[in-house]
Amino acid sequence: MYKNFLRYLISAIFLLGLNVSANAEFKVGFVYVGPTGDHGWTYQHHEGRNAVEAAGIKTTFVESVPEGADAERVIRQLAQSGHDLIFTTSFGYMDPTNKVAKEFPNVKFEHATGYKREHSNVSTYSARFYEGRTLLGHIAGKMTKTNTIGYIASFPIPEVIRGINAMTLAAQKVNPEIKTKIVWVFTWYDPGKEAEAAQALIDQGADIIMQHTDSTAPVQTAEKAGVWSFGQASDMQRFAPKSILTSIIDDWAPYYVERAIAARDGTWGQQDTWHGLNEGMVAMAPYNSAMGADLVKEVEQLQKDLASGKAHSFTGPIYDQKGNILVAEGKVADDGMLAGMSVYVKGVEGDIPK
Amino acid sequence: MSLDISFIGILIGSIMASSVPLILAASGELITERSGVLNLGVEGMMIIGAISGFALMVITDNLFIAIVGSMLSGVIISLIFGFLTQSLLTNHVATGLALTIFGIGLSAMLGKNFVGIPGKEFPILFSSLKESIPFFGPILFGHSIVLYFAFALPFLTNYFLRKTKLGLVVRGVGDSPVSASNQGINVILIRYCCILYGGAMCGLAGAYLSLIYTPQWIENMTAGRGWIALALVVFATWSPIKVLIGALIFGGITILQLHMQAIGFRIPVQFLSALPYLMTIIVLVVISRDSRKIKLNTPTSLGRIFYKEK
Repeated sequence: MYKNFLRYLISAIFLLGLNVSANAEFKVGFVYVGPTGDHGWTYQHHEGRNAVEAAGIKTTFVESVPEGADAERVIRQLAQSGHDLIFTTSFGYMDPTNKVAKEFPNVKFEHATGYKREHSNVSTYSARFYEGRTLLGHIAGKMTKTNTIGYIASFPIPEVIRGINAMTLAAQKVNPEIKTKIVWVFTWYDPGKEAEAAQALIDQGADIIMQHTDSTAPVQTAEKAGVWSFGQASDMQRFAPKSILTSIIDDWAPYYVERAIAARDGTWGQQDTWHGLNEGMVAMAPYNSAMGADLVKEVEQLQKDLASGKAHSFTGPIYDQKGNILVAEGKVADDGMLAGMSVYVKGVEGDIPK
Repeated sequence: MSLDISFIGILIGSIMASSVPLILAASGELITERSGVLNLGVEGMMIIGAISGFALMVITDNLFIAIVGSMLSGVIISLIFGFLTQSLLTNHVATGLALTIFGIGLSAMLGKNFVGIPGKEFPILFSSLKESIPFFGPILFGHSIVLYFAFALPFLTNYFLRKTKLGLVVRGVGDSPVSASNQGINVILIRYCCILYGGAMCGLAGAYLSLIYTPQWIENMTAGRGWIALALVVFATWSPIKVLIGALIFGGITILQLHMQAIGFRIPVQFLSALPYLMTIIVLVVISRDSRKIKLNTPTSLGRIFYKEK
């Protein structure tokens, strides 16, 4: 008993000492849901980290951290080992982030794509990817010959549903005949399964493939089958040079650098950031010339209008699948509604998995 | 949807393509397990095969070297497992788990410079026949050579285990290493060979993913297929033909459920996603009810450490 107590005491002192010495230097930690080499979601966050590092701030990262109990352990570990600011870069880290934030009031936390800020040391940030989806929908509506758009979806969370709705609304506007077929794969990252989903959608008549998953497999499958596709999170053009019409690019670097410097200089405060095309957190890769000069011009104009606020992805009238009005004519959806979106708009087939 | 006959042909073709890595890895692991060695490192060996194959393809621009190299890399990594479990007599389960973790880490490190490079088109055979014959065309033709090999492998394995002398020796070693040893059989050597063979097949399974199925290197791209292959071997009660059936059911239902979603069936998607696992287990349990046959096929000394007293 006494021996055990002594052992704990010694290790406690040791840990404490480690913490004190580690606290001397300002450090930023990153938690990633996928590998840095996914060439999609995590890759872009990692690029953001590189920018922070280039700004002269020390960083560490942990990759491929499963959402759930493991995430909490990793986040706590980072907080314990003297990190002053921690970015947790996946929706599923929301509860673990808030839980650990309560235990470490002096450490600052930034959670991506979530909405819970239970403690004053937690900020949230996300990008208005749906603005990019609106552009994809416009292009898809014009480019499809079969009037069928195939959509590979990951998990039924507001972010993904918002993307499906934004895309469908924009596509319907230019092509009322459009049908959106959705396949849920329940993973962010499984190249084999994503390829199979893309193939299934193509076999079912889709000639446009869109993904809300992170690997490059769907665009490669589209390339092989000779149908159109869109890249996700980073420019995937070189994986499918003929097939890709454009990619939605997430650019986290300016935000990460700004927040890291603020935290280092003591000016960091809690906030909820939601940036889009306007601020450059969402960017579009070069448009494929196969779209034709007219369509490219059209889309570039729409992109400008979305950025300036002249156009909005969710402009009324918008109906749900049963025909109930969601957004009245002449109005646009407010951020609260967008953040909690959990129904399909009219024109999307099927039910949202519960 | 168009339920015409040629569509079903295309569907079966893509089901076959998706089950290839499972058939290869499970057939390799089956031989390893029949010799009494439980190697849980399938996932690790597959991912090493995937990166080695892809890296060699990029460096040498030669697909033959890439395929052979991926098998060799599987052999090398399984040699570590063999040395630890057979020569140093470590625990099979722990060593196998370590091998998987090691393989995933090592492949990520080796693959750093190969991320973001598009793969090369792998040649397919009889592509003209695929288009010209409805239904049978997409099933029988237009596949890579690896697919044809994978579909022959369970039958070759079955023949090897039942009809050849060496196959009998492997089974004997797996059932009772002590009596095999007393008959003058070098148990450790046989087990080494079976481990290395399993490694080669797992390496090939990984290369199929990175060179043919989704031609690119991405970290962790095997995404758990090694574990499914392991489970297949057990649920197929160590019978090569049942491994083939199980892999086809798993691949088939995975693809069918994606089609059902795309068509818009009103079945909860979560249930559809669980369906491949459920159906594979149910079917394999039903076709393997014969307890006498299970006893005959199960390697009695699976996972037990054997050493020869001097």
